[in-house]
Amino acid sequence: MATIRVLSLILSVLSGVTLLWTQSGECNNGRRSGDAVDTDFSGFSVPLEHSFEVDDVPRFRLRGALQFRGGRENGVYLSQNQLSEKERSTLKDVAAVDGLYRIRVPRVSLQVDRQTERQSEGYLTTFVRACSLVESHLSDFITLHTDVSGSIIGISIVTVPGSCRGIEVEDEVDLEVFNTTISVVAPVTAPPPETAPYIERMEQEMEKKGKNPQEQKSFFAKYWYLILGGAVFLMATSSAQAPPGGAREQS
Amino acid sequence: MAWLVVRLAISVSLLYTASAVFEDQVGKFDWRQQFIGKVRFALFDTHSQASKKLLVATDKNVFASLNSRTGDLFWRHVDNTGPEGHIDALLMYGQDAVVVVGNGRLLRSWETTVGGLKWETVLDTGSFQAAALVGVQDHVKYVAVLKKSAISLHDLSSGSQIWVENLPDSDSVQYQTIYSGGDGLVFVFGVVPNSHIVIVEYKIEDGEIMNKKSVEAAWMSSLESSCTVISSGILLCVDQITQSLYTLLLQSAEQTEMRQIHLQTLDLEVASGFQPVLTSAQPNPAQPPLSEFFLQLSPDHHILLQLKDGLIVPLRDFNPSYLAAFATSGERTVAAVMSPKNDTACSINLFSADTGRRHLDTTIIYHMDPNGGKPNRLYVHAFLKKDDSVGYRVMVQTEDLTLTFLQQPGRVVWMREEALADVVTMEMVDLPFTGTQAELEGEFGKKAAIQDGLLPMVLKRLSSQFILLQAWLAHLWKLFYDARKPRSSVKNEVSIDTLSRDEFNLQKMMVMVTASGKLFGIDSKSGTILWKQYLENIQPNSVFKLIVQRTTAHFPHPPQCTLLIKNKDTGIGNLYVFNPIFGKKSQISVPALPRPVLQTLLLPVIDQDYAKVLLLIDDQYKVTAFPSTKNVLQQLQDTASSIFFYLVDTSQGKLSGFRLRKDLSTELIWEVVIPTEVQKIVAVKGKRANEHVHSQGRVMGDRSVLYKYLNPNLLAVITESTDTHQERSFVGIFLIDGVTGRIVHEAVQRKARGPVHFVHSENWVVYVYWNSKFRRNEFSVLELFEGAELYNSTVFSSLDRPHPPQVLQQSYIFPAPISTLEATLTEKGITSRHLLVGLPSGNILSLPKMFLDPRRPEVVSEQSREENLIPYAPEMPIREEWFINYNQTVSRVRGIHTAPSGLESTCLVVAYGLDIYQTRVFPSKQFDVLKDDYDYVLISSVLFGLFFATMISKRLAEVKLLNRAWR
Repeated sequence: MATIRVLSLILSVLSGVTLLWTQSGECNNGRRSGDAVDTDFSGFSVPLEHSFEVDDVPRFRLRGALQFRGGRENGVYLSQNQLSEKERSTLKDVAAVDGLYRIRVPRVSLQVDRQTERQSEGYLTTFVRACSLVESHLSDFITLHTDVSGSIIGISIVTVPGSCRGIEVEDEVDLEVFNTTISVVAPVTAPPPETAPYIERMEQEMEKKGKNPQEQKSFFAKYWYLILGGAVFLMATSSAQAPPGGAREQS
Repeated sequence: MAWLVVRLAISVSLLYTASAVFEDQVGKFDWRQQFIGKVRFALFDTHSQASKKLLVATDKNVFASLNSRTGDLFWRHVDNTGPEGHIDALLMYGQDAVVVVGNGRLLRSWETTVGGLKWETVLDTGSFQAAALVGVQDHVKYVAVLKKSAISLHDLSSGSQIWVENLPDSDSVQYQTIYSGGDGLVFVFGVVPNSHIVIVEYKIEDGEIMNKKSVEAAWMSSLESSCTVISSGILLCVDQITQSLYTLLLQSAEQTEMRQIHLQTLDLEVASGFQPVLTSAQPNPAQPPLSEFFLQLSPDHHILLQLKDGLIVPLRDFNPSYLAAFATSGERTVAAVMSPKNDTACSINLFSADTGRRHLDTTIIYHMDPNGGKPNRLYVHAFLKKDDSVGYRVMVQTEDLTLTFLQQPGRVVWMREEALADVVTMEMVDLPFTGTQAELEGEFGKKAAIQDGLLPMVLKRLSSQFILLQAWLAHLWKLFYDARKPRSSVKNEVSIDTLSRDEFNLQKMMVMVTASGKLFGIDSKSGTILWKQYLENIQPNSVFKLIVQRTTAHFPHPPQCTLLIKNKDTGIGNLYVFNPIFGKKSQISVPALPRPVLQTLLLPVIDQDYAKVLLLIDDQYKVTAFPSTKNVLQQLQDTASSIFFYLVDTSQGKLSGFRLRKDLSTELIWEVVIPTEVQKIVAVKGKRANEHVHSQGRVMGDRSVLYKYLNPNLLAVITESTDTHQERSFVGIFLIDGVTGRIVHEAVQRKARGPVHFVHSENWVVYVYWNSKFRRNEFSVLELFEGAELYNSTVFSSLDRPHPPQVLQQSYIFPAPISTLEATLTEKGITSRHLLVGLPSGNILSLPKMFLDPRRPEVVSEQSREENLIPYAPEMPIREEWFINYNQTVSRVRGIHTAPSGLESTCLVVAYGLDIYQTRVFPSKQFDVLKDDYDYVLISSVLFGLFFATMISKRLAEVKLLNRAWR
């Protein structure tokens, strides 16, 4: 981990970094409140690797480092390297043959107290077509998805625009720095059946009805809906009672 | 006030969405068949000669009475599934049937004529071993139940316990069987394996131990399979290793070891590796059994032996013989033996039990179904004829769970296909055209056109037109002929030769795959079984996947279905290719699958014979294509970069995506890992491939359009938490794009638990879970929308949809438990959708999707009214008129299959479980069909009247104009 941090210091060219942390209002780590985790302010960082090869055999290299700040107000920063001359030309070549641009992150937990068991084996990978990355001038959206306990379960990358139209790209200007928007998405809590507001509304209706003394109304004003309902009901039943046939083979 | 108006509006709207059938429509387009499962016990009611009752208990925990003349059910009791309702024993005496249920948990007595419960007793705990009727002085009065460590005696008429006694040394001795010969004693036999037998004698009156002895038997491992009691209290055992019979007189004090009789002395030998079986007969529980018995020496060798004065005498040798059974009528006991006759038939003969002499004219020929299995059980019903000779009927059960009831001289009285009680998967296939339609199709076939010249083509054309004319005239004649006959007598006999597609494609072939490995082709209109095919050597834990590779639309190529049979443990699969209309095995060579199959993928790519290509992915991620002709491989190479598939590894919580390479190998392109410590994946479902969505969006109240997110590659992944505490348990819902691995949506339903049932269709997912906090079932619906603008309206590509969809979700309380869930499906997707909910009560609820709409507003507004949204109510209504199967309940419904018909309004529904129910549903009413009671006379008379009125008035107008002109 230290080597990565050193690396990111040496190549201190930071590209566009955006902070985004979507989190549901409720506690999303499945733990009870009380064992707060605000103690560790140092955070940690995780390598983000990418691969783009003309022969389409993945060889992952370091793209940047994802830095998570510990604590409740989790944030994620991405510090990433500029593409070298060689990488730029490779990327264009890969785009020309409609190859894939892949990224991966190791499987980690964002919970600081789980740091010890953080390095679980394996990576999470995803891809985007290299041509769409080139045509979008390296502007991509990377989303990390976590589960309820805060472990990263998936990563996704999309470029805007996402299509490949075969537009020529000036390599020097447009393919140097990534314009990345990175976000972490935790699961939302699905709504349960909303009984409380419903009952409240019902009670309000009842109250309203109670406030208006019904004696002042005339007979028709009071019961017009019943009469209308009765009429509709009569109409419906008379149409339903009509012999449904069945005498003829249905076809 | 406003609220009441709204409620009124809802009830009025419901009145019109109600889709119950009318009384005279019952059975018109629906049918139900009831099954019982594999028979474990079958007893004929010999109480009276005229009785038609046949009592059966099955492995599906069903206890039923069949009409032995027709095979129909008199009554049926379906108990709980699993060991709780397992039927351990069935005994019958007179009008009473005594059943032990749930590993000796309950003792029940049933009245056999109407199937009413007479009494029920809860037994003491302990695992069940045996049960027997006990008689005293020629009257059967008690039933004895042997448990692992206790024996109890119950009164037969009231079920009250007479006594219960602990068995001596029950921790070392395995007590297994029980015997009573009507002499006031009950014998209990136990064994200490490879050491000795223990025999305990109980007095019936008070359960006092009269005698207890142990007898050396070092060769014995189990009593149940190798011992029986014959004659007046002689225990008879057989042993394969020593090739001997052993006898022991029960009531003699001096005999302390068993007498050995070498089989060699009788010139007999047990086939190597075969456990010999002894069968004896005790016609009346209050009297000692017969001294004759059957000894089965090999799978097809039985011998009838008699014990006489301590000597064993062979009465008759049956070699070869498949099955043998005793039956009693009055005072006479007979033995029925089934012997092979030739390759396709068996003969069953009757022999008198005491002499072994064959009864004359008692042969029944049993023809074996070439597409069925071998017979494995024989049940005999013997009766006395008027001339005092013994007549008999037999019921044969085969390996493929067919019950055949035969009478002399081999007439099949009825047949039941009990394999259908366990349908695993099914498909509905269109029927082919009629011969004449096919003739026309053939005329324009490519090959014909090339070979023939102009003149032959003209002639061919004329001849086929003539055939069509002929067919039409025949059809008219038939219509005319049928119209004169009373409606009830017109019966459309369905046979495999007259099968043809009807005008609206409402009649289809139901191809059903059952757990026993038997395939069925059933006509969906009548429920007639048109073909059946038993696949031998199917492992009991196989997984089946049925794929329609070619439909009937490609004449002259026959339709083709492929069944992938996979062993659950090893994953090794094999393919069975067949014609779904005729059930015949296809001659096409099938690729060998040496490695476990992980995933199958049916591509829209077709070969030159119009068969869709099936890809099978093995555990080394190599792809096998079927069919794998040159043409197909070429097409696969061309489209390889756009063929993606996903794999699910539930043990590691891993979902991974692969892309096909040109050389049919694959490359990993994405991976999502859901840690198994927190939650485990329980189900993954994509959308149905044959689903059509008619409208791309929904028109809102303000006339703008909300576009649906219609991603055909979307997978719904359902997880359940490993923590099952009611406060912390949850159900997770992940919507993952199957091509890019992008998690489109991720939600958790807190305080929820499985089992989760869900449907994934169009732009919505509906799932049902158990709310562990409030202890109720809840529905939740997720809908995905792109928003007010479409990103790319012409084509959907998972690779080019950067914006995440808007997700709306709402939940509702459902006031009933749920067995299964499915959505209706129609041809073009114009008809509104309904959810079909199978309830454990046996009803199938057709729930309008309208009620499961996350846009249902809390507060009614002008716009929501404009959109026809029902105001939100937390509880989902259940209305009886929504039950599509009225009183035709489907027991233990396990699955619902929906298929579109040729009519847009109509969806075909098949619900299967223990029973099978087929019907049609009309989610938006029959908007494209004239009503049954449509008044053709009135409308045509009005039309004609108007026509003539126009003619006359025109004429009059002309005359008037002329007159005016003259003036």
